[in-house]
Amino acid sequence: MKQENVCTACEEKLGTPEQEARLKALIEECKSTPGCLMHILQEAQGIYGYLPMQVQKTIAEGLGISLSEVYGVVTFYSQFSLTPKGKNRISVCLGTACYVKGSDKILAEVEKELGIKCGECTEDGLFSIDSCRCVGACGLAPVMMVGEEVYGKLTPDMVHGILEQHREENK
Amino acid sequence: MTVQELDAIRKQKKELIDVRRLVKEQAEKLAANTGYRKQVLVCGGTGCTSSHSMKVIAQLEASLKELGIDDVLIVKTGCFGLCALGPIMIVYPEGAFYSQMTPEHAKTVAEKHLIKGGQIVKELLYQGTVHEDGSIIPFAETPFYKKQMRIALRNCGVIAAEDIDEAIAAGDYEAVEKVLFHMTPDEVISEVLASGLRGRGGAGFPTGKKWQFAKASQGEIKYVCCNADEGDPGAFMDRSVLEGDPHCVLEAMTIAGYAIGAHQGYIYVRAEYPVAVERLKIAIGQARAYGLLGKNILGSGFDFDIDIRLGAGAFVCGEETALMTSIEGHRGEPRPRPPFPAVKGLFGKPTILNNVETWANINPIIVKGAKWYSSIGTEKSKGTKVFALGGKITNVGLVEVPMGTTLREIVEEIGGGIPNGKKFKAAQTGGPSGGCIPAEYIDTPIDFDNLVAIGSMMGSGGLIVLDEDTCMVDISKFYLEFTADESCGKCTPCRIGTRRLLDLLTKITEGKGKPEDLEKIEALCEHMKSSSLCALGQSAPNPVLSTMHHFRKEYEEHIYEHKCSAGVCKALLNYTIDKEKCIGCGLCSKNCPVSAISRTDYVAPGHKLASFAIDPAKCIKCGVCLGNCKFKAVVRK
Repeated sequence: MKQENVCTACEEKLGTPEQEARLKALIEECKSTPGCLMHILQEAQGIYGYLPMQVQKTIAEGLGISLSEVYGVVTFYSQFSLTPKGKNRISVCLGTACYVKGSDKILAEVEKELGIKCGECTEDGLFSIDSCRCVGACGLAPVMMVGEEVYGKLTPDMVHGILEQHREENK
Repeated sequence: MTVQELDAIRKQKKELIDVRRLVKEQAEKLAANTGYRKQVLVCGGTGCTSSHSMKVIAQLEASLKELGIDDVLIVKTGCFGLCALGPIMIVYPEGAFYSQMTPEHAKTVAEKHLIKGGQIVKELLYQGTVHEDGSIIPFAETPFYKKQMRIALRNCGVIAAEDIDEAIAAGDYEAVEKVLFHMTPDEVISEVLASGLRGRGGAGFPTGKKWQFAKASQGEIKYVCCNADEGDPGAFMDRSVLEGDPHCVLEAMTIAGYAIGAHQGYIYVRAEYPVAVERLKIAIGQARAYGLLGKNILGSGFDFDIDIRLGAGAFVCGEETALMTSIEGHRGEPRPRPPFPAVKGLFGKPTILNNVETWANINPIIVKGAKWYSSIGTEKSKGTKVFALGGKITNVGLVEVPMGTTLREIVEEIGGGIPNGKKFKAAQTGGPSGGCIPAEYIDTPIDFDNLVAIGSMMGSGGLIVLDEDTCMVDISKFYLEFTADESCGKCTPCRIGTRRLLDLLTKITEGKGKPEDLEKIEALCEHMKSSSLCALGQSAPNPVLSTMHHFRKEYEEHIYEHKCSAGVCKALLNYTIDKEKCIGCGLCSKNCPVSAISRTDYVAPGHKLASFAIDPAKCIKCGVCLGNCKFKAVVRK
């Protein structure tokens, strides 16, 4: 039973040999610290960009816990993802300060512009959209992030230009 | 490090810090001793970095080099508070407060102000500091700063956030020295108790009591935790403390460790705060290198160390038992209490958990004494409170005021009122667990108990101002979407209650609400409050109950008249074109995403082209036409 959107290469193997080595070293290093699962998952997501099933299995085996326990933690926290994310991760803030200043309209515009819904990734793998709850830059509300870059005081008509700029950079 | 060495650092940098705290004349005299003619403080908090304050610093450095200036110090600090006007930059000893800086502005300031014999560039200053007659008033006397009292934020925007020496010179680690050498654990606890400090995370539980319980618990191993999982959307005071003065948290946790007999601390911080996490890591590294964390602190024989644990985006982890479960590496689900964490907390050991702002108050309480601290505030709420002012307000930013300050003072004086001449409708405090304070209570002195009495709560300190364009039903739906999404699902009242409540509210905003829905909502809210396992479910109904109490008319208007007078709830809006005003330019029709607008055959008197009309059956109420019409012919009702 294979899920859609899951990288089939990773299903079989643990990504590149380099990724595999990093993951295994990570598990070895943290294994003895109590409560290390969250940390390992965060780092593993850094290595792979998301948490494919095979990675979760490896972590479960490495820590001597069940896969269901790992999966339970992965699906509990919104930061962990079971599907790959875009090269440019867009995160529109839907925190209260941004919401009252119309960030729902920004999100709608991004969705319209990219033709995908929040939580999805474009076919070319260039963009994915997520919503987040407060990046803490409330002074600039409404705010969205593309990767690490923060764009503030947004209006829907600014969205196109910002996305174009990132498309250019990736050409 | 020994106490003498700590003292030496304090003395060495004291004057440098004092220049930033004194009035202009004294500061100017002192500046001569420091080796720096001028100091430029640039905000490196998340708000200002997001508007590119790092580019301002880079430009300053380049310009100074170009001009051959080597006696000006550039300092990257934490938040100054006035985030709306960032990036902010202050030049001492004059205290010139520049706002909305760009690299070009920085170049101008370097060339005209920072050079020898330079003058303040008035046109780039925060205009609130420029008097009508052209004279410059100190920023501490502007309406935004005048009524503030900075205790928790005392060092934010004053010291270099990544420099432990500056933190020490500004007073950090003075309290831990006093505690380790001159106070017994019991004396520490009674001092904190006497100060009247109450937890700043939401519920306002007396901090000293928490410590007392944990001390009384038997056990070799105990833990001290810091809740930096600031989940309330729109609140950013904890982040600002961590970014501006991380050492004050480390110090306070060490003091608590000494008081209850713990040797390990954990800071649970949101992963969404990369700057804060980075500064904490730097601070912990520096404190360890100085021997202010680790074995035998300052030669006292007391051991204490702190580790960081990153959250992964779950609002429920702000609840104390859920937070501890999460540190243990599990799904962050809450546990029933009792046993309380003070008895059985992290890894089953006695644990105390306080939030960042609470920790930030500990140093002043120990150094200046409980008597001084308890003289500030109201009868049952002592000290100050930091608020993150946001929403429809001019001075969006971070403010710290004594407990008992009225909402009017915060909104109208400090906050600078509502922009665009709109009317104040309500202030939302306490985030998804709190409620709304309507205009008629604007003169209520804000403290823990008064807020509860009017149906809201202090929460962690998010204060979102709402104006007449906000629909109260929509706002409570917004919060329910949040809590329904964030409910961990462990207990039924919260898991299903939030979902059902959201369904009912959605129905009302879509104009399908029935009169009996209001009673259903009230009954459901009461059940959730009384039977949910943790504070998330118990407080999730608050935004609904408080808006229903204060703005019942709006709910009724949605249900009986199918009207949303704030013009927010899409399903209840109708767009029409005033055919007399329409000049027939067709801009609305061209931009309509669903081709719902077409030309009629009516030509209004005085116009050449026939007017347009909207087909209500096709209209999706997106509002694009309204935004495009330059002749105010599109009407939303």
